[in-house]
Amino acid sequence: MSPVLSGILQLVAVVAALALVYRPLGDHMARVYGSRKHLRAEKWIYRLIGADPDAEMRWPAYLRGVLAFSAAGVLFLYLLQRVQGALPKSLSLGFTAISPDQAFNTAASFVANTNWQSYSGEQAMGHAVQTLGLAVQNFVSAAVGMAVAVALVRGFARSRTGELGNFWTDLVRGTVRILLPLSVVGALVLVACGAIQNFAGIHDIGQLAGGTQQVNGGAVASQEVIKELGTNGGGYFNANSAHPFENPNAFTNLFEIFLILVIPFALTRTFGRMVGNVKQGYAILAAMGVIWLGFTALMMWTEYAHHGAALQAAGGAMEGKEQRFGVGASAVFATTTTLTSTGAVDSFHSSYTGLGGGLTLLSMMLGEIAPGGVGSGLYGMLVMAVIAVFIAGLMVGRTPEYLGKKIGTREIKLAACYILVTPTLVLGFTALSMALSGPPQSILNAAGNSVHDSGAHGFSEVLYAFTSGANNNGSAFAGLNANTPWYNTTIGLAMLLGRFLPMVFVLALAGSLAEQQPVPGTAGTLRTEKPLFAGLLVGAIIVITGLTYFPALALGPMAEGLS
Amino acid sequence: MNNSATNTIRLLAAGLRALLVLTVVCGVVYPLVVTGIAQAAFHDKANGSELTSGGKSVGSALLGQTYTLEQKDKDGNPLPDPEYFQPRPSAAGANTENTQYKLLVSGASNLAADSRVLLESVEKRRADVAAFNGVPASSVPVDALTASASGVDPDISPAYARLQADRVAKANGLPRDKVRALVEDHVEGRQLGFMGEEHVNVLKLNVALRELAGRA
Repeated sequence: MSPVLSGILQLVAVVAALALVYRPLGDHMARVYGSRKHLRAEKWIYRLIGADPDAEMRWPAYLRGVLAFSAAGVLFLYLLQRVQGALPKSLSLGFTAISPDQAFNTAASFVANTNWQSYSGEQAMGHAVQTLGLAVQNFVSAAVGMAVAVALVRGFARSRTGELGNFWTDLVRGTVRILLPLSVVGALVLVACGAIQNFAGIHDIGQLAGGTQQVNGGAVASQEVIKELGTNGGGYFNANSAHPFENPNAFTNLFEIFLILVIPFALTRTFGRMVGNVKQGYAILAAMGVIWLGFTALMMWTEYAHHGAALQAAGGAMEGKEQRFGVGASAVFATTTTLTSTGAVDSFHSSYTGLGGGLTLLSMMLGEIAPGGVGSGLYGMLVMAVIAVFIAGLMVGRTPEYLGKKIGTREIKLAACYILVTPTLVLGFTALSMALSGPPQSILNAAGNSVHDSGAHGFSEVLYAFTSGANNNGSAFAGLNANTPWYNTTIGLAMLLGRFLPMVFVLALAGSLAEQQPVPGTAGTLRTEKPLFAGLLVGAIIVITGLTYFPALALGPMAEGLS
Repeated sequence: MNNSATNTIRLLAAGLRALLVLTVVCGVVYPLVVTGIAQAAFHDKANGSELTSGGKSVGSALLGQTYTLEQKDKDGNPLPDPEYFQPRPSAAGANTENTQYKLLVSGASNLAADSRVLLESVEKRRADVAAFNGVPASSVPVDALTASASGVDPDISPAYARLQADRVAKANGLPRDKVRALVEDHVEGRQLGFMGEEHVNVLKLNVALRELAGRA
């Protein structure tokens, strides 16, 4: 079998597995967020929090819950890293306290569901920080994303009320009834294939030809599974999902791709269920699926073609890729991780072809909505749907409506603010970093290092860092040495603002929609469950992203890919 | 004002309590339960899939390792041992301290496709591998010329293993056919026929080689 055919078959296998669980998981999630009953364990949790799980919240109250919980998360994670040096060695592995700027960056990163890492996991973070801090945020930051998405869906589904549900209930249910059970099963599958799961320290093991090799122990499988399932992406090891202890073989590689995609895609079913028309969910799913498949196909093509002087000389794009995965499966992983807000990597994007690296960048720039992060993908796509409906309304001269709700001045202003946040952060911080004299010194692939004497790849390293941060992805063109006070601070800010400002606009939009009285559909209503609308939606996304980022992309990956 | 400050504090306290409760659930109970089951059901795998040969541990089957001589080349890198099959180049910790297969920092080179540094390494590796194995430079496969993603890739392509077979046979004083057959026995196909790439686990192959040479 040729490598290309094997790559295509692996893609087909992932699609088939996703199709199999789409309905059951989507329906399960709709039941979880719609149920009036509380599990006994959940009641205990609500009592400990001191929250009334049945109290309805309007959008400002819901937002205050999100922000208070996330602020507590940043504070706790920051302090945990700062006191690491004082913890017993069994918990810290002997690692010292993390510096203030890096601790802020990492705390912001994990609470914002980004998992940008300016540290190397195996030589900075002990068991306590990894398991009590980072892995916990992998669960709860994902649950926060799903809660906000569900609040927006309720905004469409409900009428003449401003109430969006209860944040604490949505948070706890998302964690306890969705993420935890899937993680236990997934973690055991990974261990059965070879991912490690222990609490051993750093220890030497023998080598065949003499000498020893140092190996880290750790609760790796349990963290790996939620890292993918919650579209987080922060690796236990520096090499992330390329490390054999995180991702031991070709099957686990596909399994991890599946884990990344399963909730974001299935949430479109949940959405359809909650608004009472599953076809509306299918239209959103179709738009997501078309973009994901299209990007994956392009990525496979460019990686198999391996343009670029060094890759041509080597005879293939295997720099920064693992033998057991090969080029095809690595390409699927790369588009999957950047089209969601994951950022886990099984191969290193910086060594991809110029166009391949550009595709990973463009995937993130689309706003990570195809299918996007858990929750954030759905609410990002629904905001784009609001904009697509508005554009269609302008074309035919009708007041736009979506799911029976009028898209008026207030709604479109909120949607516009939402899509402006990330480009402002990405382009602003990138420009600032290139203009100052210090920050460009972090670049690995600087102009003098290129066979074309072009600084294109070096510029891409910086653009990638802020695109990844502001979009809450977390992957990197890892040549950039981002562990400097400048990058730790600015990327930290980009991650927090890129996560929580959009949430403000989404919840305000949800509140505004929930207050409306539904408009009955007429013959002139745009049929948003039809393929025509899915096509319009894809078009709107591509045009808006293209117009925003084309100049920056032309300076970086396009210049590299075309030279 | 006073009222809103109290409300903010009350809300933050609720957030903190929620975080602590969920930390116990997701950060203590969950990993302990998974570790418990994993240690009971998959003890060897949960602890790093160590291989033993001749009664002692020779490393993890999942991690690549080095097979080198005491002598060093002019850049100070240890020379490869001709008696063993060699792994892929490693750029582990390239941007911090290059520890090669010694660990602890896994990672890739992150060099760009149009990087002069990478181009020069590829050309040097091609010449080195060809000379070391006594084969034409054009026959060196891509995995022997490029550094892996993890820096501890345990595998090489079947082509790279086959290329090394004659040199290994000669260095160990073994018949060529036996070593070639040993390589073929260690070619692991794609899982279920289509997942991943064909590969040879270098450690497993070298362990078998030592047993063949009667040095286990």
